[in-house]
Amino acid sequence: MSSKAQILAAVLANQPAKLPQPVFEPFSPQGQNNLDVFVKTAKGIGSSLHFFSGMQEVKNLITSSFSVGRIISPLAELSDIAETDFADLDAHTLENVELGVFKAHFGVAENSALWVTEALLGKRVSPFICQHLMLLVNKTAILQNMHQAYDSIGEADYDFGTFIAGPSKTADIEQSLVLGAHGPRSLVIVILG
Amino acid sequence: MNIKMKVGLFIPCYVDQFYPNAAIATLQLLEKLGVNVTYPANQTCCGQPMANSGFEHLTSGCNTLFMANFKEFDYIVAPSGSCVLHIKEHIHTPNHEDDKNISGKIYELTEFLTDVLKVTHLTSNFPHRVGLHQSCHGQRGLHISQMSELVEAPYSKPQTLLNMVQNIEMITLKRKDECCGFGGTFCVTEEAVSAKMGKDRVLDHENNGAEYITGVDLSCLMHLEGILKRKNSKTKVIHIAEILNAS
Amino acid sequence: MIQELKHHATLADDFNQNEDRVGWHDDTLWWIREKRDKIAWQVPDWELLRDAASNIKDHVLSNLNPYLVQFEANAIANGITVHWAADAAEHNQIVLNILREKEINKLVKSKSMLTEECHLNDFLAENGVDVIDSDLGERIVQLAEEPPSHIVLPCIHKKKEEIGQLFHKHLGTPEGNSDPQLLTEAARHHLRETFLSRKATVTGINFAVAETGEFVVCTNEGNADMGAHLADVHIACMGIEKIIPERKDLGVFLRLLARSATGQPITTYSSHFKKPRENQEMHIILVDNGRTKQLGREDFRNSLKCIRCGACMNTCPVYRRSGGHSYHYAITGPIGAILAPNLDMEKYADLPFASTLCGSCTNVCPVKIDIHQQLYKWRQVIVQSGYAPKAKVLSMKAMAFTFSSPFVYHTAGKMGRAVLKYAPFTVNNKFNPWYKQRDMPEPPSASFGEWYKKNRN
Repeated sequence: MSSKAQILAAVLANQPAKLPQPVFEPFSPQGQNNLDVFVKTAKGIGSSLHFFSGMQEVKNLITSSFSVGRIISPLAELSDIAETDFADLDAHTLENVELGVFKAHFGVAENSALWVTEALLGKRVSPFICQHLMLLVNKTAILQNMHQAYDSIGEADYDFGTFIAGPSKTADIEQSLVLGAHGPRSLVIVILG
Repeated sequence: MNIKMKVGLFIPCYVDQFYPNAAIATLQLLEKLGVNVTYPANQTCCGQPMANSGFEHLTSGCNTLFMANFKEFDYIVAPSGSCVLHIKEHIHTPNHEDDKNISGKIYELTEFLTDVLKVTHLTSNFPHRVGLHQSCHGQRGLHISQMSELVEAPYSKPQTLLNMVQNIEMITLKRKDECCGFGGTFCVTEEAVSAKMGKDRVLDHENNGAEYITGVDLSCLMHLEGILKRKNSKTKVIHIAEILNAS
Repeated sequence: MIQELKHHATLADDFNQNEDRVGWHDDTLWWIREKRDKIAWQVPDWELLRDAASNIKDHVLSNLNPYLVQFEANAIANGITVHWAADAAEHNQIVLNILREKEINKLVKSKSMLTEECHLNDFLAENGVDVIDSDLGERIVQLAEEPPSHIVLPCIHKKKEEIGQLFHKHLGTPEGNSDPQLLTEAARHHLRETFLSRKATVTGINFAVAETGEFVVCTNEGNADMGAHLADVHIACMGIEKIIPERKDLGVFLRLLARSATGQPITTYSSHFKKPRENQEMHIILVDNGRTKQLGREDFRNSLKCIRCGACMNTCPVYRRSGGHSYHYAITGPIGAILAPNLDMEKYADLPFASTLCGSCTNVCPVKIDIHQQLYKWRQVIVQSGYAPKAKVLSMKAMAFTFSSPFVYHTAGKMGRAVLKYAPFTVNNKFNPWYKQRDMPEPPSASFGEWYKKNRN
């Protein structure tokens, strides 16, 4: 008997009588205003925030804060200051990227996580390998909590998706928080609109 | 409650042998409150030391004896959360109905006072600074007070009663409900960790100026007392019944 | 047993030789417990969330066979290769076979407690495969040639000065420098090179969704993603209990996991792997290794609900003062103590006794595993199976005899009090661990029973 058959048979023999799949009621919000909660949470975990009305302000921020180094972004609006055609490159060649700029589908107030999928990233590795990361999200796309987040995702068919909350970090050495473990050293969140 | 109700006083073995004053205070306090209370002379032990060591199968003698001693009472009251919890959860005799019956009518002293007698005032006076040790079995097992792990409204039955005592001053602890490390035979089989836990607990009370450490379980207090005495501390232990009965 | 095994009490005693260090270890973990409390109190429905998570997991365990079948079918449809391993040896062999087929002998691995449980690193090393752990804490213990002492915080037992020394020796950081910022930066550079040069990666799996065939990996460092998105081959290993029914269930678990683990609102990255990249191979290994056996143990099956957050370790007053290595098993702390005996009851017979049964673990557990009740039940099973020390059996029998008879008890009581100096309990008269750091209670002149006889009858 194959291991698969053996395991499935053992599971079937040993699993208890079937319990119903639980249905849970909507959970209470953490605060009155999603955006306020989002901002407070994001700052609390080391992200920086900007409120901009349009892409020109985003550009100004990028050119003033990231004047040196390689910048990638799949956003056509940024084609004059960033590489936009990196999707077909070998992932390893992104190793020297200083800044990556991407749009997020939405943000989640309770944990300041931003949901991005491969379609928005150009390459999977891009929001991880860059030294600094900038994510743009619409003001109207801040959801309350993770339940709303998955309601919003629904049955979307992505190849890869990730919630990103703050810069890459570790506290493995005596619980001292250090930003910039393997991924971006900073996360800049731009709230648009 | 009906004053004619018969209450059986269950005095755990180590209280009987080592801390009779706590048992006397329990008896006197209940009598003061008008309870018809009897102490069955043939009682010994709830069986917990064996059961917690993995020898629950050796406790049938204890169980039978307990049943014989306490079956007829309307309530069973003991000055120990731990022993009460053990009986509530683990008494197994051939008659399961009897077991259920016992589980439903056995109370730790402070919960009996607040929940059954619904005591609202006491005449006791205890002009000292006191730290309350939340014994785990009383707290997390019998729910006589809310535990810090849960996101739930706080309450404490022992504290409610201590608040009725005149001139008592309660101290605040850094860790309000950490285990003292007694743990039954754990206190000898895991001596190093047990002693370290006890030392840490004692220090929290001392640092916050406790003259007395009180609680609902003398097993914990015996362990803490051992550590206090070893370091010649001025802090003493006292069972909550002795404070509630103090005049 | 040929190999002399040090049991928890002995290992804990070793750990307690340096009391200041125990205090430091305890305070560090307690601080994490406090962070967990603080953030849990910010979630209005915390206890309802725990109920929801617990109920979902109970449902999964009761319907695991169909969910496994469904998950496999969906994962295959997504282009993932699925393997099944009955035990640790088969799991390790599958990993090796995948690597050999690709002629790969270097691997970068992110945190996976399952691979610790299976001793994958040792096996691969014996077979000529070089493994580098990419989680900073895991890299540190790997350089120190030690197992992790905590499932979330692998090197929580190590002081930064010790890490500084290790990094000086292995990564060339300045001697005597133990600044966490500097050390982390050094590791970042060292591991970047690793990520860029390794063609295969192994990751764990936090949740596998039956409905979609995707799996979720959570990290703060981004190491799983760096490994997975750069490697040609991604091997993801999971115990069969990691299945959840639907994507929306992730909403419940991702709210609980990081809050319970470290007091963060969520991990930095919660990555959902559904399909391999173009030209990438993605493998999932579904591992049993005792899980189906545990599923059949009614009293212990709900230990399989564990989501590996480590909250039970941070809150455990014993763990905090005995250190993770005292559990001599890959999964340390209270949850390890109820999982390990399922695999080897004799070897891990000591672990369920390494607890005061205070119950704190059960009440921080985000999936409501009744850990302390299972510790109690394992004690009964272990004793009944004959793994209790002989001396203990004898003393327990003596105790049962004493307490079963009021006459014997009353006589022994009188004698007991008289010789209190030498015997605090009837169980313990040869050695006296009580007296090492504690004084005895003052023996009273009369027991309560004797007083009552005089004063009330």
